[in-house]
Amino acid sequence: MVTAAEKKVLLKVEHLKQYFPVKSDSIFKPKAVVKAVDDISFHLYEGETLSIVGESGCGKSTTGRAILRLDEPTDGNVLYSGKDILSLNNKEMRKLRGDLQVIFQDPFASLNPRQTVKHILNEAMAIQNVVEKPKRMERMLELLGYVGLPQEALDRYPHEFSGGQRQRIGIARALAVDPKLIICDEAVSALDVSIQAQILNLLKKLQNQFQLTFLFISHDLSVVRHISDRVMVMYLGKIVEIADKKNLFDSPLHPYTKALLSSIPVPNPVLKRERVILKGDVPSPINPPSGCRFHTRCPFATEKCKSEEPALRELTENHFVSCHFAEQLSQ
Amino acid sequence: MLMFILRRLIQTIPVVIGVTFVVFFIMQLVPGDPAVLLAGEGASKETVNAIREQLGLNRPLMVQYFDYLLNVFQGDFGSSLKNSQPVLDEIMVRLPITMELAFFSILITIVLGMAAGIISAIKPYSLTDTSVMLVALLGISLPSFWFGLMMMYFFSVKLQILPVAGWDSILHVILPALTLGAGGAAIVARMTRSSMLEVIRQDYIRTARAKGLREHVIIYKHALRNALIPVITVVGLQFGALLGGTVLVESIFAINGLGRMIVDAIRMRDLPVVQGGVLAASLIFVIVNLFVDVFYRFFNKRIELN
Amino acid sequence: MSEKNSPILEVKGLKTHFFTKHGVSKAVDGIDFTLRKGETLGIVGESGCGKSMTSLSILRLIPSPPGKIAGGQVLYKGKDLVTLSEDEMRKIRGNEISMIFQEPMTSLNPVIPVGEQIAEALRLHQGMRKKEAWIKAVEMLRLVGIPSPEKRAKQEPFQLSGGMRQRVMIAMALACTPEVLIADEPTTALDVTIQAQILELIKDLQKKIGMGVIMITHDLGVVSETCDKVAVMYAGNIIEHAPTEKIFTNPKHPYTQGLLNSLPKIHEDQEELQTIEGSVPSPYNLPAGCRFASRCPHQKPLCHLQKPDLIEQNDGVKVRCWMYTDEWTKHTEKEGAVK
Repeated sequence: MVTAAEKKVLLKVEHLKQYFPVKSDSIFKPKAVVKAVDDISFHLYEGETLSIVGESGCGKSTTGRAILRLDEPTDGNVLYSGKDILSLNNKEMRKLRGDLQVIFQDPFASLNPRQTVKHILNEAMAIQNVVEKPKRMERMLELLGYVGLPQEALDRYPHEFSGGQRQRIGIARALAVDPKLIICDEAVSALDVSIQAQILNLLKKLQNQFQLTFLFISHDLSVVRHISDRVMVMYLGKIVEIADKKNLFDSPLHPYTKALLSSIPVPNPVLKRERVILKGDVPSPINPPSGCRFHTRCPFATEKCKSEEPALRELTENHFVSCHFAEQLSQ
Repeated sequence: MLMFILRRLIQTIPVVIGVTFVVFFIMQLVPGDPAVLLAGEGASKETVNAIREQLGLNRPLMVQYFDYLLNVFQGDFGSSLKNSQPVLDEIMVRLPITMELAFFSILITIVLGMAAGIISAIKPYSLTDTSVMLVALLGISLPSFWFGLMMMYFFSVKLQILPVAGWDSILHVILPALTLGAGGAAIVARMTRSSMLEVIRQDYIRTARAKGLREHVIIYKHALRNALIPVITVVGLQFGALLGGTVLVESIFAINGLGRMIVDAIRMRDLPVVQGGVLAASLIFVIVNLFVDVFYRFFNKRIELN
Repeated sequence: MSEKNSPILEVKGLKTHFFTKHGVSKAVDGIDFTLRKGETLGIVGESGCGKSMTSLSILRLIPSPPGKIAGGQVLYKGKDLVTLSEDEMRKIRGNEISMIFQEPMTSLNPVIPVGEQIAEALRLHQGMRKKEAWIKAVEMLRLVGIPSPEKRAKQEPFQLSGGMRQRVMIAMALACTPEVLIADEPTTALDVTIQAQILELIKDLQKKIGMGVIMITHDLGVVSETCDKVAVMYAGNIIEHAPTEKIFTNPKHPYTQGLLNSLPKIHEDQEELQTIEGSVPSPYNLPAGCRFASRCPHQKPLCHLQKPDLIEQNDGVKVRCWMYTDEWTKHTEKEGAVK
């Protein structure tokens, strides 16, 4: 947990945009564009876990990829420790990648099936040159220890492990290069609940041990609640709410956040609660609604919402929301 | 879609030009001098030179080539070196015959191939499956001319139920079409089988079963429509091999088609005829593939957007 | 016993095994449960526990080879579905017992319009004519909440969103007003807000039609919101079977407890999530005794020797664990005596 006084900004995202062109049939029709991420700005403080949460098409994964320049952002700035990442050339970027690591969702697909664990870890260390050759074996054993895998794992291939174990290998690989920031892109979504718990505990432990900063991308709000310090909710490429975890879950301000929270089936039959069930489907990011993007499904939408896009503003301390009527609705 | 068709049509132009270029220059590499052949045995050097001059064969190659190309775009495919008849006329006479042969052969390829593929796919790894696939393997491996000659020997000479050569009745079509279509049928059979097996594994087939649909409805209505999509492309590509095969088959069965015309012209070093024939064949191939591409793209749009 | 609560499906000792070159996989190994009219039974468990195989076994949709129903009965309206002929089974599928699947993206035929996919079931099972069936298909689409159903019915699945496709699946399954609906992870692949819509829809339609629903899921939240009773599966067996409230307020089996404890709670803060040590035994190599024993915090030698039966407790909860039997007290007494 980071106190307010110690807050040092590790990553600053400013007006990030990621647009993807859509193949169109004819030269006569205007080129359609998927506005996956449409002008978002946020900070990430050192040592914290910020979660980005939202449903499919909201742009959360795209944001993670854009920050790492896995897809080049269309516009905007990404400042890491004050340095503008987007302007770095390939060589400089490669050096920086040691600091910025990622753990992916699919433990089956993100490991090369033809490489042993030893090979995988060795490669990571070799590329970033963080450990000299003679010391690497020692380091590998150390890493396996951190993630709770046995020594014998070194000579085995990914297919010989379970989903949870593969995810541990992915974590070990990310740790191998001494990162400062790790982006977890739906890192536990593909795992069974009991394995998920193991991995979440592990991530928390490692964060404390190595002072890591996490950008945790997920659609699962219960997981997000467990692991985050702050939470950011996205909808159709825009940020709708950012707040400290407790504030977001106890007093959500945006109608979408409220609906999201109430849609989640809760494993507690005794708990009686009011459910907000949204009507209709999520609109297409190719042609997002005008004004506030949520207005087509919002039970409180007005004319203003249809025409004017609300800005992300601070309503209460450290609690940001983009809704014209957030004050009124919170009463 | 319209843009796609337009684009593809424009793409055919460089392809066709490329073909004429290749044919022209390859023919130059073939030993044998057309002027000498035309002049005949024992002709004097002067006669040969005169013929060469007359036919413009002593001009630089590139000039000869461009001259030819210009004519082609005007519809003039040149004249046969052998009998001075316009090549285009000869092609127009022979083309319908080859087209008929091709049509029946493709029919055999598709019908026989798909039937075999479906039968194998319904009972994978069974005796039926293994034997059908074995026959298919033979079909691909055995040379078509051998196969054709064997069938001719067996059915026409020994059993005498089918005519040996010529192109007069429907009976004349059977052996050549079978010979030409067999290789393609084998490939289509294997393709259909693997495509069907993959489709049958899909979730939507499980849904169809869960609805209580009868097995033949599942196979023919639900599975086949999806399985045939990649098979169509294979058939389109097979058409090219088919056109190539007409050369052999028409020669064996003495059919006066385009293929035979080309073979004879090559032997005679009758360059304009060879060029004209190959050009015609490649144009047909390109058009057929255009149809296949459009057809496939039409189906694929659904699958892609899924 | 009122009509509402009469049993419509009774599964007894169901076993489904897979015979492969690696050996025999006992995916479902002795399942018992009863589904009553108007009731929603949840079958919950993690991946590999056999819950999906159970549902496929009921409708005899197990891929065979290599799978086979190796024992037990599935009683529906007095008939044992396991022994029915394929023809008779087909009459029941999609008609009296229907199923919806997890992946709406791939569970509909991509080249057939959705209206037709509904209509064909109606023509087959209800003997409707083409026009009649089409009209009813459009009605079903309207019933499941698809706007402009006449237009949508002519469209192909790729033109619909995931949530809409799942609605189409539901329309297809309910077109012939079945007695039983088996929903195999119907909302797992959908966004949370759409998930809520779909679960509401199933609940509404269940009330309207009065069918029994078997809800298969790994999501305990879904179970809590939708099910009347819950059967928890582990390694091919049901290890606890109770009314929903009891499972959550007073879970008896250590696995159920472990499962509930490992859930991150949305309304509470936890420092560390509790986990269950070890991993699920392979269905090719199941231990002789209790299948959960090696991971259980309460394990005793007895647990490794013999597999406990599913026994009903005084409060109506069925649990498969030695701790709730007389043998346990005898055993611990013995231990105490030895010490």
